[in-house]
Amino acid sequence: MDAPARPGASRDSRRGWLPHPAISIVLVCFWLLLQNEFSLGHLLLGLALGLLVPRLTAGLWPMPPRIRSYRKAGAYLLLVLWDIAIANVTVARLVLFRRSSRLRMRWVVVPLELVAPEAIAVFAATITLTPGTVSCDLSADGRCLLVHCLDAGDADAAARAMKDRYEVRLKEIFG
Amino acid sequence: MSLLAEIAVSVLIVIGASFALVGSWGLLRLPHLMARLHAPTKATTLGVGSVLLASMVYFFAIGKGVSMHELLIVLFLFLTAPISASFLARAYLRAHVAPDVLPPAGEQGWATFARRSDDAHDAPATSATRAPPQD
Repeated sequence: MDAPARPGASRDSRRGWLPHPAISIVLVCFWLLLQNEFSLGHLLLGLALGLLVPRLTAGLWPMPPRIRSYRKAGAYLLLVLWDIAIANVTVARLVLFRRSSRLRMRWVVVPLELVAPEAIAVFAATITLTPGTVSCDLSADGRCLLVHCLDAGDADAAARAMKDRYEVRLKEIFG
Repeated sequence: MSLLAEIAVSVLIVIGASFALVGSWGLLRLPHLMARLHAPTKATTLGVGSVLLASMVYFFAIGKGVSMHELLIVLFLFLTAPISASFLARAYLRAHVAPDVLPPAGEQGWATFARRSDDAHDAPATSATRAPPQD
């Protein structure tokens, strides 16, 4: 309460008490969902976890990313869920009907325009969960991803497809 | 439970089971580890997903209300599957793949190999900088 004179200090004190309000809210919701029923006791325990866990793990999030648009994040989630359903069918067909020798497996390098580690992590996880691609490694300078494709005719086209479909949207979400 | 709900639950379970079967089949028949990694990371997400959906429909149909545990299972699965896939891939790269087989990755190379080469470079460099004062 005495801090507002110095904006930096007020931010520090708020970070000390509630470093990541969004994580706290998510933790409380998770706890209530885990219990599968609502009661005052569960709510209090959830609130205690929501206060404690972000403080204990604050060191792991030195610079939390700012999410610009939650609406776009929700749309992205739906798009990825849809793509995962399609990916399952695509990969199942490849596994069942394509001879291994005719699978065009290859490594693909995806150059990154995203900078925030959290955004890159979401991008890599999306690639792993969707059509016939697994993200395997990040370059040491953090500028490109190594992706293994189960069946890709052209490496450049595959990389461009991933960038156009996911990275463009993530850039809008994380800014 | 109504006939409609029974049909919905059965269809979802059969879909889920077939995708799990295809995932396991892919694990068996694909030729090497990197290819095999594709089958369980994909074909099982929908497999587990529709079995959990069937579970939600079932508990709703027998009047136990909406169950939320299934959504959490899906969420945790989606959070952990990419991480374990990445661990497997990097362990494989490090143990069985030479860095020059992979496409180039800028000046510093891929992170999995960069750490090892850093260690190799660091040791002689520090001994070299420490050596002159002793001489």
